[in-house]
Amino acid sequence: MSTPAIAVEHIVKRYGDFEAVKDVSFSVAEGEIFGLLGPNGAGKSTLIRMMTTLIPLTAGKAIVAGHDVAKEADAVRHLIGVIPQALTSDPDLTVEENLSIYAKLYSVPKAERVKNIAEVLEAVDLTKWRGAQVKTLSGGMRRRVEIARGLVHNPSIFFLDEPTTGLDPVSRIAVWEMLSNLRAKRNLSILITTHYMDEADKLCDRIAIVDHGKLVALGTPIELKHSVPGANVVEVHFDRETPEWQARLECLDGVTSVQAESEGFYRVLTSSGSKTTMQLVELAASLGETLTSLSVQNTTLDDVFVHYTGRQLRDEQVKPPVFTLPPRPGAQP
Amino acid sequence: MIRMFAIVEREMRKFFRSPMLMIMSLMMPILQLLIMGNAFGGKIVGEKIAVVDYDHGPQAVRLREAFDSIAVNIKTFTTVDYTDEVQAREDVRTGKINAAVIIPKQYSRRVYAQDKPVIGLVVDDSDQFSSGSIEGEMQSVVAALTTPVIQPRMASQIALEIVELYPYVNYLKFLLPACVAMAMYISVMIGGGMLYIDDKARGVHEGYLVTPITKLELVFGLNLAAAIKAVLAGICLTVIGSLIAGLGVIFHPVADLELLAMIIVTAVAFNGMMFLLMVRVDDPLTPRAMFGVLNMLLFYPSGAMYPIAAFPPWLRALSVIDPFTYCIDGFKAILLKDGGFTAIRFDLLFLFVFGIGTLLIATPLFKRTL
Ligand SMILES: Nc1ncnc2c1ncn2[C@@H]1O[C@H](COP(=O)(O)OP(=O)(O)O)[C@@H](O)[C@H]1O
Ligand SMILES: [Mg+2]
Repeated sequence: MSTPAIAVEHIVKRYGDFEAVKDVSFSVAEGEIFGLLGPNGAGKSTLIRMMTTLIPLTAGKAIVAGHDVAKEADAVRHLIGVIPQALTSDPDLTVEENLSIYAKLYSVPKAERVKNIAEVLEAVDLTKWRGAQVKTLSGGMRRRVEIARGLVHNPSIFFLDEPTTGLDPVSRIAVWEMLSNLRAKRNLSILITTHYMDEADKLCDRIAIVDHGKLVALGTPIELKHSVPGANVVEVHFDRETPEWQARLECLDGVTSVQAESEGFYRVLTSSGSKTTMQLVELAASLGETLTSLSVQNTTLDDVFVHYTGRQLRDEQVKPPVFTLPPRPGAQP
Repeated sequence: MIRMFAIVEREMRKFFRSPMLMIMSLMMPILQLLIMGNAFGGKIVGEKIAVVDYDHGPQAVRLREAFDSIAVNIKTFTTVDYTDEVQAREDVRTGKINAAVIIPKQYSRRVYAQDKPVIGLVVDDSDQFSSGSIEGEMQSVVAALTTPVIQPRMASQIALEIVELYPYVNYLKFLLPACVAMAMYISVMIGGGMLYIDDKARGVHEGYLVTPITKLELVFGLNLAAAIKAVLAGICLTVIGSLIAGLGVIFHPVADLELLAMIIVTAVAFNGMMFLLMVRVDDPLTPRAMFGVLNMLLFYPSGAMYPIAAFPPWLRALSVIDPFTYCIDGFKAILLKDGGFTAIRFDLLFLFVFGIGTLLIATPLFKRTL
């Protein structure tokens, strides 16, 4: 087995009394796309910032590209590309100027700079827009500028903090495809954070679920889904709410858990979707209750998340960030 | 080095692409020069004065002739005849007229008898400038009337001409050094302080910090860029301001070199100070809130608006450590007094040492991490 691209051992980050990251360990293999999945405030950005030398670790050890981030920060910085959560390309400068300035910050020599910029622009499909001021681009294009910027110095490990937050579904999928292609072509290892389940599921080879600073589950999307008791999810919507349904559903064959979602709406995890469905329909008929809808699906990462954290990702209150500037006039959302 | 210049390049490209910063740093000082220079420098004209004459004697007539000649010549005031003192006082109080002169009964007789002749003057002293001006004019009229006729006319003629030749340029010129300093201060405040904190809040620095750039390269890059912007603002205002004020000094190459030296060390000093103040600030509101306070603490104690000689001791002490003081002193020496290099060398030295000193203190405080 080759040395991992990233190895994180028991890292902790404390802000005063508050522990933002609590004893997290994982490793990312070379060429892997690794996802850190968790709600807002879980500690994903804090983790990325420790791995990318932006903030010191309180305890533990992080080895990135073979170098200890605490002792050889400079070596690490040369080998990684980082896209912070905020859009940080300069809106007043053109796409090419932004890339050129970053290449210079990495001391990429002139000839190589020109070649690299042309290559990354091609890779993110922005060659046509190289002379456009960044503020004139759409949100999805701005993200692609950021991605290109993170790659101008040919890093071997790429960190992206929520690269698709705020993008429309089409742009999100474009970003996923772009990252998959880049990984294949450039032999990149990618660490990405997200709070989108579907994104983690489709894009990542392995996922670490983070909640309240703790790593609660780690594995491939399939492993994670299998680790949840129950193979299917039955979603059922009753005509009217009766409190007894919770208990009644739990008694059906194969059912491992029942979550009440809203008035008369339940998500039932079961080892056998078909059996549970049949019994459910019969039971409802015998009681004279009406179903408004019924569906059977495979378990998703949502269920995995609920299983490990006891709550739903989508219910999480989106915490406002500590401070944000109002958008600049002319800036694209 | 290439990394430091990348930072400078970014700042300068941004600077030239959005000229708003430059316009903003020049706009206020130029307006200050034009409006304050004209508003405060002018002399009072066109005040209205009531004359209540209870005497009607020959001396009263002389007095009124003197008033008429003021109305025609320096135009400080014109006179209106009133018959009733009470009405005149009331009109001064309500602002209908600016002052009232009361010539009492027996005035002429008392003058001839040399029996302490007195003229009453009612002024609205809520406006010190106008009332002071009228009082001054009255004093000189009275003084003229009690001495031989020819001499005071000559004297007042001469005094009159000096005022008329330079109606307000004196104060405008006096203000110019302050306005150059102000332009550079605003440039450093916005182009150095505010943009720096905004970039921090927006995450631009996070983008820098993940690259291999060193702390020194980042600090010097940011400061060099901010200083260049301040130098450009200083040059623009010196040229524009000199033309407005009608100062020809800028057409002398040696004076230009001296001015450039002053502008550069001023940029270094202001920028070093600003960087020290901002190095640990994260909240973009802080520099905005500090703007006015700093302006007050630095600008007014510097002798920019009023001579330091008139300050109480504590304010003088403040002016000693205020870089504005040296900046304004230096610019005055070149622009207004043509003092040459010797006159500004201490200012140059102070500003340079101040700038480098603050930068040296700030650098270790700068965090290479978030
Ligand atoms: N500089 C800081 N000081 C104090 N608390 C912080 C700081 N940065 C982040 N935190 C806290 O750490 C937790 C994790 O934040 P973060 O890593 O940004 O979460 P995520 O990226 O998963 O949304 C949050 O509760 C946040 O408030
Ligand atoms: Mg985050």
